[in-house]
Amino acid sequence: MKAITKKYSLLGILIILLLILLVGFPRYVSAYKVIFLTNVLMYVIITLSWVIFSGSTGYISLAPAAFFGVGVYASAILSKSLFLPVFILIGGLASFCLAFLIGGLTLRLRGMYFMMFTFGLVELIRHFVQWWEVNITGTVGRLVPVLHHITIYYAIVVIFLLVLLTSYVIRRSKFGLALQSIGECEEVAAHTGVNVTRVKVLTFAVSAFFIGVVGATMTMRWQYIDPSTAFDIRLSFMPVLMAIFGGMGHLYGPIVGASIFSFLDEILATKFPYYYMLLFGVTMFVVIRFMPHGVEGVIQKWNKRERRGPSETP
Amino acid sequence: MIVRFLDIVIGGLLMGGIYALIAVGFSLQYGVARVLNVSHGEFIMLGAFATWSLYTLWGVNPLISLVICAPIFFIIGFVIHRTYYTPLRISSESLAVFEGSSMLASFGLLFVIQNIALIVWGAPVKGYSYLAHPISFFGAVFSANRIVTLLASVILGLIFYLFLARTRIGKAIRAAAQDPDAAELMGVRIHQVLALCFGFGTMMAGLGGLLISMTSVMITPFMGLEYTLIAIIVVVLGGLGNIKGSFIGGFILGLVGTIVSYIQPGLSLVAYYLIFLLLLLIRPTGILGK
Repeated sequence: MKAITKKYSLLGILIILLLILLVGFPRYVSAYKVIFLTNVLMYVIITLSWVIFSGSTGYISLAPAAFFGVGVYASAILSKSLFLPVFILIGGLASFCLAFLIGGLTLRLRGMYFMMFTFGLVELIRHFVQWWEVNITGTVGRLVPVLHHITIYYAIVVIFLLVLLTSYVIRRSKFGLALQSIGECEEVAAHTGVNVTRVKVLTFAVSAFFIGVVGATMTMRWQYIDPSTAFDIRLSFMPVLMAIFGGMGHLYGPIVGASIFSFLDEILATKFPYYYMLLFGVTMFVVIRFMPHGVEGVIQKWNKRERRGPSETP
Repeated sequence: MIVRFLDIVIGGLLMGGIYALIAVGFSLQYGVARVLNVSHGEFIMLGAFATWSLYTLWGVNPLISLVICAPIFFIIGFVIHRTYYTPLRISSESLAVFEGSSMLASFGLLFVIQNIALIVWGAPVKGYSYLAHPISFFGAVFSANRIVTLLASVILGLIFYLFLARTRIGKAIRAAAQDPDAAELMGVRIHQVLALCFGFGTMMAGLGGLLISMTSVMITPFMGLEYTLIAIIVVVLGGLGNIKGSFIGGFILGLVGTIVSYIQPGLSLVAYYLIFLLLLLIRPTGILGK
């Protein structure tokens, strides 16, 4: 009991420290670093929201790019006439509705089929928007009014805290248990009284909501958007990789994974612009082969060894 | 009217031939080796670049490159499977886990190959023309190279079909497709067979790329993903792992593509994805599925 309270107070102190650091950060560092951290946080949020649904149920969704793009377009259309919090919310709600619809249609697909469907969905929407812009509006892409980078930074920090809170609450609630049981065995979950479809669709939509919100916020930094940047398929693969790299058993896994990965991403892109994607591919290869449970798995292995004592390890 | 009709149908068949070939390769890799190979299109791109280099630098006839490229691509695929996917499969807890991680790994492979090609050949668009003179067919006009590609892909498809149906290795591959564990118990060297399948898949992608490059398309390091997507769609159309279905599905998609782009050019990709999504919803086992 004592150990548990001690652990919690330690966690509380850590979270407060993190908060102070995040809030105070822009006062002391250069604009570049603020923008850089905004980018890192963007990936952390997307990965965390991806894990809310896919981490526990085991359905690998490649739809984040679709939800992100919907958020981007919502804010690009509305940002000229509305306030920041309002159109961010609308972007999120648009993604929520889309995910709700898709979830209702597709969640009876399992495994590979679900993955392919979500992948196809991104491409369908992207090509459709492109076709629409070429043939109906007559202009591809649009200009977006730019906001100050510190405003965006704070918006992203708020979203980050909200996602963190949501994931934590879902993990600790009965709802989270239901999700977990779906991931273990869907038939058993249904038999024990879990409304499988409702739980899955709702969670899918919640996870999409946050991705849409991030999309709507990040648009304000880009100035110009078009279908291929808004619905960039890389945005679908990155969260999967980052979550695998970090591990999905605990909340810190996706955060650590996304932070390290996007940090690496940035460094590789600035130091080796020509070999960057090549190195990225090699990293992916190595991570999947040698770290199947990610950073978390490595830490746990290390913990176990520590507890057992080094002499006992075979 | 009749000429229009012929235009569309023959155009669709010509396009479908290549689709069928690349989809059969993809189907082999997913259906048997269980690797959803997102980098399939990159081997198509490599095939196209290899042919371009052989043709423009050494003047090798693309049809002769067919014989040169086939073993090289097969060996590349075989080695990749033996050195990477085989240990990954052995260390994965279950087949479902392997499917997920091998798909992501192939995405890494996509980046690696694409960027190696970018370093070797550079970003500017490449192309060559070969047998580009027109052939008239009841008033519908096509270039000779497209007819050659159609013939070549049908012949390759037939050879492969006979190989699967008539040889011992073909039998082993079919057994491994049905149940890898049972096949292993019956004495099939399973990892060898899976690597063979992956190698054959890579070979067909390379040959597909070779044939595509003949039809004077633009060759760039980024051309691959589009063909991967088409392969995925065709494979779902024909039923996952159903090789005959993939071959037929390729022709169907080719026809649909030409019909849609005749009505509303620019919407053909949208139509592909719409068909794909509807199929997944209504009939995920494909048109030939049970």
